[in-house]
Amino acid sequence: MVYLTRRYRFSASHRLHNDGLSAEANKRLYGKCDNPFGHGHNYVLEVTVAGAVDPKTGMVLDLTRMDETVQREVLDRFDLTNLNLDDRHFGAVVPTTENLCMEIFETLRDKLNEKSGGPSARLNRVRLEETASNFFEYFGDVQAGVRL
Amino acid sequence: MIYVTRRAEFSASHFYHNPALSPEENLRIFGKCNNPHGHGHNYTLEVTVAGEVDPATGMVMDLKDLKVLLDSEVMQAMDHRFLNKEVPVFATTIPTTENIAIEIWKLVAPKLRSGKLHRIRLYETPDLFVEFFGD
Repeated sequence: MVYLTRRYRFSASHRLHNDGLSAEANKRLYGKCDNPFGHGHNYVLEVTVAGAVDPKTGMVLDLTRMDETVQREVLDRFDLTNLNLDDRHFGAVVPTTENLCMEIFETLRDKLNEKSGGPSARLNRVRLEETASNFFEYFGDVQAGVRL
Repeated sequence: MIYVTRRAEFSASHFYHNPALSPEENLRIFGKCNNPHGHGHNYTLEVTVAGEVDPATGMVMDLKDLKVLLDSEVMQAMDHRFLNKEVPVFATTIPTTENIAIEIWKLVAPKLRSGKLHRIRLYETPDLFVEFFGD
């Protein structure tokens, strides 16, 4: 089993605000991130797939197809956008980096597996850096096989 | 259990080609990487050793030993080499980053005198790396 990781970048804005809470509670909970005008980050996304090396190609997954999938499913959707306006998911969900990390995993889960060209390569991890000082990781809730 | 990681860098060239496939099929699968004259990368290797802290030394292993081991087993073989032509295993195995990581595991794991090899992480570029845990 080999784990292959590719790094991507996108920039987006968001506002952390829960409509179910009072203005004061939001301010207390989210601080500066509750600014109604939003603010932005340069996100760094790492996508890891795990699988056996295909003896025919020496590769776990065709990187061109991985790039095309991430471009179409994630970068085209989120890059240079306001995350709060993403109707597919963030209409009712606060676009914290935790939630964004999980949404990217769920979006890619079937797409990357189906593109693998074989049964072995599977999405293992999505790691999302919001700034150089904080990042979030999601393994699709499958704790078995998690290697840090 | 403590995990100790040592980083090393080497530069090498390679190309991707499977002789069992037609030239057209090789070009379709490997694209620019199929150029038989090769192309190069600055690889960054991270070797992680897991073990208990020796109460006598406070260390899992002597990191200088690991440096010497990486120099003799990996750097000598791969640094400033054309992998397909100068590293025997890659005459018959395509030197993808996946296969290089597995090969480095095979070179390092049996030579460790203390601790246990936990992970080989190999960066081909800052935006692409593979990891191998020995299984």
